[in-house]
Amino acid sequence: MAYSDKIRGIYTGTLNEIKEKGIFKQERPIHSAQAADIMVEFPMGSDLKKVINMCANNYLGLSSHPDVIKAAHEGLDSRGYGMSSVRFICGTQDIHKELEAKVTKFLGTEDTILFPSCMDANAGVFEAILTGEDVMISDRLVHASIIDGMRLCAALHDTFKHSDMAHLEEKLQLHADKRLKVVITDGVFSMDGDTAKLDEMVALCEKYDAMLFVDESHSSGFIGKTGRGTHEKCGVVGKIDIITTTFGKALGGASGGCVSGRKELVEMCRQKARPYLFSNTIAPVVVSGVNVVLDILSKSTERRDKLEKNTEFWRKGLTEAGFVLKEGDTPIVPVMLFNAKLSQDFSKALYEEGVYAIGFFFPVVPQGQARIRTQVSAGHEIHHLEKALEAFKKVGKKFDILGKTKQEIIAKYGN
Amino acid sequence: MAEMKDIVLQYVINEYLEDEDEVLSYDSPLISGGIVDSFSMVSLKRFLENKYKISIPDDKATPEAFDTVNKICTLVNEYLK
Repeated sequence: MAYSDKIRGIYTGTLNEIKEKGIFKQERPIHSAQAADIMVEFPMGSDLKKVINMCANNYLGLSSHPDVIKAAHEGLDSRGYGMSSVRFICGTQDIHKELEAKVTKFLGTEDTILFPSCMDANAGVFEAILTGEDVMISDRLVHASIIDGMRLCAALHDTFKHSDMAHLEEKLQLHADKRLKVVITDGVFSMDGDTAKLDEMVALCEKYDAMLFVDESHSSGFIGKTGRGTHEKCGVVGKIDIITTTFGKALGGASGGCVSGRKELVEMCRQKARPYLFSNTIAPVVVSGVNVVLDILSKSTERRDKLEKNTEFWRKGLTEAGFVLKEGDTPIVPVMLFNAKLSQDFSKALYEEGVYAIGFFFPVVPQGQARIRTQVSAGHEIHHLEKALEAFKKVGKKFDILGKTKQEIIAKYGN
Repeated sequence: MAEMKDIVLQYVINEYLEDEDEVLSYDSPLISGGIVDSFSMVSLKRFLENKYKISIPDDKATPEAFDTVNKICTLVNEYLK
C-alpha cells in the first residue's frame, strides 16, 4: 500500500483548508425528476424537502417533458441501451446521423459532429483544427472547458478583455502574421448571463480574415426569435464558422454535445478530435430524446416565448426588491453578493425558505465577484417565481443587503 | 530606458488591469502578483517583439524575467544591442 499516513495527511489538510474558508462544496441529492419543484435531501441523511429549483440549466423545461420521455423509451426499445463502441468503429446508428442532420438544420450550419459532451467538444476541437502556426484569441470570460481545450492545442493563445471589441481588433492586428486566426467566445456567458456581440465580431473576423468560434451551450433552444441561438439574435446565422453546444441544458438536459459549422472543420474533428475518437458514442436513449426535442422546438416557439416572459418577471421582481444584478436579458440572472462566504450563507438561508439556488465564488467566478446565480425556466409558473421572490426578499432583509450598492455590501461583508 | 519603462507600464495597465483604481509601479510583481497570467504573457512578449523589432527566445521569456516592468526592460535591452 502506497497510500501512507503522510499522503493522506496532505489531502485532508488541503480539504480542511477549503472547509475553513467556508467554500467547501456539498452535493444535494434530488429524489425526483428535474422540474420546477424538486424533492431534495440536504444535508445528506435529513428529511426530504420540497423546494423550488432556481438553478437548473433546464431553460425550456424539457428535461422531464412527456414527449421526450416517450421518445427516449422508444429509442431504448428499438436501438438498445448502449453501443459499446466509439463512433467510428461500430458506434454510429441511423439515429446519430439523423440527429447530426437535425442540429445542422436547426443551427443553420454546414455540418455537425456529435461528442459525448460539450466539454469534450471544446476539449477536442482546437487541437483538431489548429497547429503551432496559428493563434486562438479568446474572450477573458469564456467557459472553463474552452480554456482546457486551448491548453491542449499547440496554437498560440491570447485573450481580449470581456466583450471589448476595440481590444479584440488590437489583438487581430497584433497576430496578423499567423497562418490561421480563431476568435473564441461564449454566445451567452454562463456566469454573467450577458450576450456576445456576434454581429461586431463577425465584421471584425471578416476584416482580418479570422474564423469565429461560439459556444452556444447557454443559448441553443431559446436565444433569438426562434431559439436558434445568439447568432440568430445578432442576425449572423450562417456566418459563424464553429459552434459548439450541449444537449445537457435546454435541449433535454441529459448529456451530449456537438461541434457544428464549416464542413471541412467538422470533418477535421471526425478525423482528429481525441474525445470523439477515444470516447464512447452518445447512448441511443439520449439521441432519441434530443431528436424529439429538436422537433418540438422546430414546430413552435411557445416554450422560449414563455421563458422570455418569465425572465422579464424575475429580473423586474429582483430589481424592484433592491438586489444588485448583473445587467442582461437572458434567463441567467446573477444576484451579486461579492463575498464567498455570504454567497454560501445566503444559499443556505434560501433553502430554509424553500428555494434551491447555489452560491458561486472563486475560482468559478473572479475573486470578489461571488453571487447566487439564478436561472429561470419555461417550466416555472408565475406562482413559483412569486414564491421564490418572497424568499429572496426575506433572506435579503435578513442579511441587510436590500437597496444596498456594491460598495455598501463589500463594506459590510468584504470581498 | 525611461521612455521604454513608461511604454511597457502603460501597456500593462491598459492590457491587464480591470480595476481602474489599482496602481502599478515599475517594480510591481506582475506574474507572481497575479496581474498577468501565463496565457497573457504571450501577448506581452509579442507586443515587445513588434514594438522593438526584436526576437526574444522562448526559453528567455520566463515568468521571472517578465515579473516586473524593470525586469522586462532589462530583458528587452539585451536584445536591442
